[in-house]
Amino acid sequence: MTDDHDDRISIEPERYELLAGPGYNFNLDRRDFIKTFGLGILFIVPTARSHAQQREQEESGRGFGNNLPQEISAWIHIDEAGKVTVLTGKVEFGQNARTSLTQAVADELHVPISSIQLVMGDTDVVPFDMGTFGSRTTPTMAPQLRRAAAAAREMLIAMAAEQLQLPSNDLRLVDARFVNHDKSKTLTLAEVARGRKLVKVIPENISITPPANWTIAGTSVTKVNAVDLVTGRHRYTSDLKRAGLLYGKIVRPATLNAVLRSANTKPAEAIPGVKVVVDGNFVGVAAPDPQTAIKAANAVVVDWQSTTQPSNAELFELLRKPASGGAGRGRGSRPQGSIADGLAAADKKLESTYTVEYIAHAPLEPRAAVAEWTGDKLTVWTGTQRPFGVRGELAEALHISEDKIRVIVPDTGSGYGGKHTGGCAIEAARLARAAGKPVKLVWTRAEEFNWAYFRPAGVIDIKSGVKADGTITAWEFYNYNSGSAGIQIKYDIPNTDIQFHQSNSPLRQGSYRGLAATANHFARECHMDELANAVKMDSLEFRLKNIKDQRLRAVLEAATKAFGWGKTKAANDRGFGLSCGFEKGSYVATCAEIAIERDAKNRKNSQVRVVRVVEAFECGAVVNPLHLKNQIEGAIVQAAGGALFEAIQFENGKILNGRFADYRLPRFGDTPAIEVVLVDRKDLPSEGAGETPIVGLAPAVGNAIFNATGLRLRSLPLTPKGIPPQARF
Amino acid sequence: MSKVTELTINGRRTSVKVEPDVPLLSVLRDYLDLTGTKYGCGEGRCGACSVMIDGQLTRSCVTPVAKAADKNITTIEGLAKDGKLTPIQEAFIKADAMQCAFCTSGMIMAASALLNRNARPSREEIVSFMNRNVCRCGVYQRIVEAIQMASNTGSAEE
Repeated sequence: MTDDHDDRISIEPERYELLAGPGYNFNLDRRDFIKTFGLGILFIVPTARSHAQQREQEESGRGFGNNLPQEISAWIHIDEAGKVTVLTGKVEFGQNARTSLTQAVADELHVPISSIQLVMGDTDVVPFDMGTFGSRTTPTMAPQLRRAAAAAREMLIAMAAEQLQLPSNDLRLVDARFVNHDKSKTLTLAEVARGRKLVKVIPENISITPPANWTIAGTSVTKVNAVDLVTGRHRYTSDLKRAGLLYGKIVRPATLNAVLRSANTKPAEAIPGVKVVVDGNFVGVAAPDPQTAIKAANAVVVDWQSTTQPSNAELFELLRKPASGGAGRGRGSRPQGSIADGLAAADKKLESTYTVEYIAHAPLEPRAAVAEWTGDKLTVWTGTQRPFGVRGELAEALHISEDKIRVIVPDTGSGYGGKHTGGCAIEAARLARAAGKPVKLVWTRAEEFNWAYFRPAGVIDIKSGVKADGTITAWEFYNYNSGSAGIQIKYDIPNTDIQFHQSNSPLRQGSYRGLAATANHFARECHMDELANAVKMDSLEFRLKNIKDQRLRAVLEAATKAFGWGKTKAANDRGFGLSCGFEKGSYVATCAEIAIERDAKNRKNSQVRVVRVVEAFECGAVVNPLHLKNQIEGAIVQAAGGALFEAIQFENGKILNGRFADYRLPRFGDTPAIEVVLVDRKDLPSEGAGETPIVGLAPAVGNAIFNATGLRLRSLPLTPKGIPPQARF
Repeated sequence: MSKVTELTINGRRTSVKVEPDVPLLSVLRDYLDLTGTKYGCGEGRCGACSVMIDGQLTRSCVTPVAKAADKNITTIEGLAKDGKLTPIQEAFIKADAMQCAFCTSGMIMAASALLNRNARPSREEIVSFMNRNVCRCGVYQRIVEAIQMASNTGSAEE
């Protein structure tokens, strides 16, 4: 089936981010490198990306289409002490890229983990990178670093051989030492790097170690900086201090999209040490301490012009309308066969609509930035998934050139796709420029909810047909607004029409872990159970009948086996459900058991609890089983929020539940017993795993609720107000 | 009006001159540079700002500094002694009970408070006590495991 589809919609890193290209290519000026890194040897992987492709992408003005970023550069430096520094534009947000990339280099360079330091996301010293999103670090950056490390290893061996006056093939690099065949001659990395001023460009066509021969990758290495994290020593952006630091505070309007009519700054400016900035719609203050900043922000007298805006009640009706500017045509796969024929051939026909609400990322570290000007040069520390993208945003907003800006991303308190943009960085930089001193700005939790962006809401309409023997004959799937990630199917259906329609979103929306794959899997996998039910077939049997894809079948079989699917019936007030899917190169199958927790006094207060989840996951060769399991468990817990109760309530330009007291997040008590089954395919390249494990839970839980109560719930969240009264229990 | 407040933090006497209603969290982070304690919500709903005051687990974001005057405050920085991690800190590493780790300080403070009052908590007791702390990365199962691990190796604090 894949040949007939437009790949464009199956690869959708970030539809909602407008991604400008880098604007220039790195000029390999050796003197600059020496200045930055000092003595030693620097290995560079050159980038080979066609400018034409890049330009096309910029002009199209919308994400990547099917052009995933090819420009994946990596540098490795070895200093005079033999310390290995790896430079990458990727950033660490809790997904453990710092550890997994360290493993890749250690594995290939033959040095221990402890001698490697990763410098991540510092735009002045690392090669350009599009950003850390779309589960691309493992499939693209890790192999690139491996190539650099493998070539570096061979070049270093040649240098060591020359130093020892031995033939290269008599030397091996083992645990950061060069040794000859009888170990009579050895050299350390430091001894080879000492006194050198070398920049080596890695040749093309370097072969890297296949997963079957990995020694450090493929094992459960613990987090490389774990001690700093359990002692509170690690400095996140919000923890940074600079000499003479001021604290910023933004004056926000009471409603979204309000326009500033006037601002009287005099009362605020009368407070000692306070600087006030009014620039277009921007009103902010900087003060010597956080309390004075709050006082000053409150003292600015502002008049905002508000407009009438939509509310939850009209959301789904609104999303069905095509986006302004678009003709309302669906983007997506070319229809295959004929839906009309498929429906005519069916014994049972179904039509259902599914909806998903906006949800918030709610990263525990709110957006933060520290901005400091030195002359006309700006340095901004900020937690963003796109350091180079934010550098571009700063340049545009402040009307300065990118080469005057350095963005540094300390390891950050999570993002889940929520920290792509540079709003907070721009605000801090604007205040710092006016104040002439460094400024730290940390958004409050309320600001996070109101002024960031949300996972898109969406409506999905499905029309389908199935024969009495369980063969699916027709599949019409229209997604409005939520996105096209995960919209493609691995079910073998002769007649399909899969489309994604853009809408005008009433709220600001953007990337989210898995993005639309959650909505599309929810709708599809719930509907598959509806079809199975229509022909009285078991959920697993029905899927296996319609899926030929071996990788998908393998995870389905692994998950159901571990869960004991089909062995027992769910107890009273319990239900079993399953789902399966694929996205971003990875395959997932999820089995869930739910419990109805009755409130004897008030049936309306009865709740659904997810008590047990088994998830099988396959992402090619496993790089770090410990961290992969952790990611999958975390994704399941995060998924439980969106599945059961998370939803943004909004009305006429106001977010109504924008604080933790009102926006419920999954907690200890919501956590099911989770069993993860890893399907390790050493014969396949490693794929990313930060996102896809999140997509399976919602449909599995929806199907389990149906199993327990006979009630088919088609909206996420499923039970924001407990169990609906029509439930049969 | 600003007022000098005497504090004992991790066994050390110190003083700050701030208004008495300034949150203890801000005093720790912005005035004393003890940034291991985090701001997550400012509403006392996530536990990232958890510290101990005279052994009582406390939300420092909703605690005015005046309330902590002349009391013994313990923050995450005060747990490890001479570079030696406490059993609960060790257990968090062993169980990989963190991802972005922004909640970790608060989780470890809460877990330490729990283990101080109940050296062998049941799973239910752990879940119920820890339920006020949020980990958005969702590593709850591993945190429970870490607490169970530490409860088997010794008390949280020396």
